[in-house]
Amino acid sequence: MLKQAIRNLSLSLFFLLTSPRVFAQYSWNFPEPVTPMALDTLHVHNKFMLIVAAIFIVVLAIMIYSLIKHRKSVGHQAVADKAPSTAVEIFWTLIPFAILLLIDFVIMGIPAYHSVVMMEDTRNESDMVLKVTGSQWRWQYEYMGNTEKGNQNGLEDAKGIKFVSNLSTPQEQMDGTITPVNDPERPYLLDVDNRLVLPVGAKVRILMTSTDVLHNWWVPQFGSSRLAVPGFIRETWVQVDKAGTYRGQCKELCGKGHGYMPVVVDALPKEEYKAWVVAQKEAISEASAGADKEWTKEDLIAQGKIVYEKNCAVCHQVSGAGLPPAFPAITGSKISNSPIFGEDGKYLPDSHLDRVLNGIRVMPAWKAVLNDTEIAAVITYERNALGNSVGDVVQPAQVKAARQ
Amino acid sequence: MSTTAVAHHDEHAAHPTGIMRWLTTTNHKDIGTMYLTFSLIMFLVGGCMILGIRAELFQPGLQLMKPDFFNQLIGVHALIMIFAALMPAATGFANWMIPLQIGAPDMALPRLNNWGFWLLPPSAILLTLPFTLALFGIGDGALATGWTFYPPLSIQGGIGVDFAIFAVHLLGISSVLGSINIIVTLFNMRAPGMTLMKMPMFAWGWLITAFLLIATIPVLAGAVTMLLTDRHFGTHFFDAAGGGDPILFQHLFWFFGHPEVYILLLPVWGFIPQILQTFSRKPMYGYKAQVYSFWAIGALSVVVWAHHFFTAGMPVPALLYFMYSTMAISLPLAVLFFCWIKTMWRGSMSFETPMLFTVGWIILFGIGGLTGLVLADVAADAQYHNSYFVVAHFHYTLFAGGIMGIMAGVYYWLPKMTGHMYNEKLGKLHFWLTAISFNLTFIPQFFLGLAGMPRRIPDYALQFAEFNMISSIAAFVLGLSQLIFVYNIISTIKGGKKASDQVWEGAEGLEWTLSSPPPYHSFSEQPIVK
Ligand code: HEC
Ligand code: HEM
Ligand SMILES: [Cu+2]
Ligand SMILES: [Cu+2]
Repeated sequence: MLKQAIRNLSLSLFFLLTSPRVFAQYSWNFPEPVTPMALDTLHVHNKFMLIVAAIFIVVLAIMIYSLIKHRKSVGHQAVADKAPSTAVEIFWTLIPFAILLLIDFVIMGIPAYHSVVMMEDTRNESDMVLKVTGSQWRWQYEYMGNTEKGNQNGLEDAKGIKFVSNLSTPQEQMDGTITPVNDPERPYLLDVDNRLVLPVGAKVRILMTSTDVLHNWWVPQFGSSRLAVPGFIRETWVQVDKAGTYRGQCKELCGKGHGYMPVVVDALPKEEYKAWVVAQKEAISEASAGADKEWTKEDLIAQGKIVYEKNCAVCHQVSGAGLPPAFPAITGSKISNSPIFGEDGKYLPDSHLDRVLNGIRVMPAWKAVLNDTEIAAVITYERNALGNSVGDVVQPAQVKAARQ
Repeated sequence: MSTTAVAHHDEHAAHPTGIMRWLTTTNHKDIGTMYLTFSLIMFLVGGCMILGIRAELFQPGLQLMKPDFFNQLIGVHALIMIFAALMPAATGFANWMIPLQIGAPDMALPRLNNWGFWLLPPSAILLTLPFTLALFGIGDGALATGWTFYPPLSIQGGIGVDFAIFAVHLLGISSVLGSINIIVTLFNMRAPGMTLMKMPMFAWGWLITAFLLIATIPVLAGAVTMLLTDRHFGTHFFDAAGGGDPILFQHLFWFFGHPEVYILLLPVWGFIPQILQTFSRKPMYGYKAQVYSFWAIGALSVVVWAHHFFTAGMPVPALLYFMYSTMAISLPLAVLFFCWIKTMWRGSMSFETPMLFTVGWIILFGIGGLTGLVLADVAADAQYHNSYFVVAHFHYTLFAGGIMGIMAGVYYWLPKMTGHMYNEKLGKLHFWLTAISFNLTFIPQFFLGLAGMPRRIPDYALQFAEFNMISSIAAFVLGLSQLIFVYNIISTIKGGKKASDQVWEGAEGLEWTLSSPPPYHSFSEQPIVK
């Protein structure tokens, strides 16, 4: 263990020191702003930093002067202070505080006021509404549809599209088996399977919530971040003015996967956005057609493996062994090996289907996240792989029925 | 201020020796020594924990630990540094120096004092025991929520959370007991002639601290108790499903948490001007202004708490109120800086180790204060919040402003406490190594934060690699430099050049009229202050 760690450390040190590309990536300030909010924040930040740097340097200069001149070793004799008494002395003593008052509440205070008002104005002039839900440890995006203004502006209405966005960095890079790969297209820890897609230039009102603990949806180049609070809706907004791919991370400690829930946003020009929306909607109708057809066991298991490794393996592990006591094993688990449906064809309480649809305690509810086919597939997979061999299948149609 | 001479007498009934002396002692100096020793040990423990973190963050990828363990180290590091290193150090100084400085024979409530200390080791054990239990397969380790305990994460957490809650309770009781003792001592045991407005600045700093502790610790205790009942007894204070609100916890926590930063700093602001006047060889400037600023900061500190969670979402008027009230703190703080610098101005300065630390302290704490002013801006805080920028900021206030201040105090008073001079060369070396490696550790973190690195993450994207590597290397230098400090203290206790009673040429105040080390019972005859 220790030996391996040392080897890793020295290997990676070597890698870091010899790879010129890595050394080109650091930066000294906020990244390039792409929303009005981020632009405003950058200006305010730069201005305030200059002000505090100026204060610091002036005070430091006075201090250093004193440290050099007023030392015993150069023979300086202490001169007793007296309290300011004349009007002129009192005036000069008060000047620094008057300046500070001015800086606090006028030079910094007034722009700060305007920024706050702008930041909190989530509704006016918005074109569309997006719901962002944080869960351990993934983001879920749901397009709630256009506003009146969005429709007038000819924005393609994405209402009904929803999907989950998971980290896609390969496990062996993260656990230190191999060194993280420096791939600008798919940056280490900052890449996901399904990116959020937003139209350029549209003001997007974002409703934020969570299903379990606190999360915070943050893209540095957007300049907005808001806490996702379970049971409450919080609001923020973004208006991306430049096409491109933007990356960020969760920034509220949310458990062991906190470092592993990135945000990736593709901002597309209106036309491309429209094409994306149309394609997504087609995929949705295909999926619901798929839910009505009868699936073979092999297809379900193949599909289920993908769903499982994307969504369940963080807790239950790829092998199905779980991480007891926090996360139980699926292999040999009672629920994965006992019947799902009762005599009447309805699913039983505490059955496999119940657990996956509705969750319990730390186990998330998946009914709002996965579609019928995915739920059917993952359950079939869990029962017929990972060391289990119950032999039965769950059809998407049964999941659909169970939702009613 | 002048005083009547005090005869050296160390007779009195025989007190127990060996371990019983320390267990049962009610002597303010013994208790002070125990506090300071405990603090030093815990500083090293908390430091080792964070060096584990810095080793993990040395490069991208997970090499040394699992994310869960990483989260545990972070939270316990913070709780230990705050509650078991910084606060006990300040209390240790209070115990040692307040009776000496106000001419009292001891603290007013000596038994309470003993209890105040002996609650600390059990709470340190409670905090760290879950690490050990996990090794034996019991529970899943210590508190993994960061030191802030935010629900619902803390409701999900394992036994580590419960252990930490009980530890916080014990630490809270200890602090409140200590505070009561200090208030009673200051109000009742001052030497004749020492009016409140003649009280030494350190005593003033502690008086405000004690009031703040008594006002805010019960709120923290209430909040973590509510957490405990949410966890185990089916209440829903912080659970929306039962009509509660997770954000309520943040309000309660930071109603304690913000004053807490001033609780940590006020005692330091108390003795810093005393060190300055000693080594500038002229009385401190603006005594009254400093006392009034202490009051102003104490009062403001309890009305600005929500600046710690601006991004949680609040009505605009609330955001504006918390922003402007936070900015207002810069005014009394500026008064203090003004007075400190004016005390040095046209003095006759010399730069022994305590003075070096004090000057370094003013500069570094200044950086902490100024970056804090910027953080008050709500809109920009959306960027800074929970990024490494904040981590850098609060280490400038807590490590530089807190720990380095305490170090100045240690070098200043160690000769008085032990009767020996410390090794000046090593002291200076310790200062320069600490100051330089501290900056090299935390300046890169400002840039990391601006570039978008969130705090509390066990692994990071590749664009953060360079600064993290610098920060980690410097952190190890910083950690190792502290061994010089430990060595210097131990060898000073063991022996060394004899210190005079006054110790420092420019030292003034009652503590310097006693012998070095002072007699077991400090002032058996009360000095008279004119
Ligand atoms: C956040 C971590 C987490 C994720 C992600 C997760 N689970 Fe779970 N799961 C749990 C926990 C914790 C339990 C135990 C719940 C309890 O009984 O308190 C559990 C229990 C289960 C059980 C019952 C096991 C038993 O015998 O008690 C099944 C089946 C299950 N999960 C399936 C899934 C599937 C399918 C997925 C992915 C679609 C999934 N889980 C994703 C945490 C998770
Ligand atoms: C050797 C010196 C120290 C180093 C190198 C150091 C470094 C760190 C690091 C890397 C973190 C984690 C940041 C994160 O991931 O969020 C941290 C957290 C913290 N540290 Fe320190 N630290 C030191 C000393 C101190 C001291 C002396 C104090 C206070 C008296 C302190 C208080 C804190 C607090 C409050 C946190 C926040 C923990 C949390 O996120 O809950 N640290 N420190
Ligand atoms: Cu998170
Ligand atoms: Cu605060």
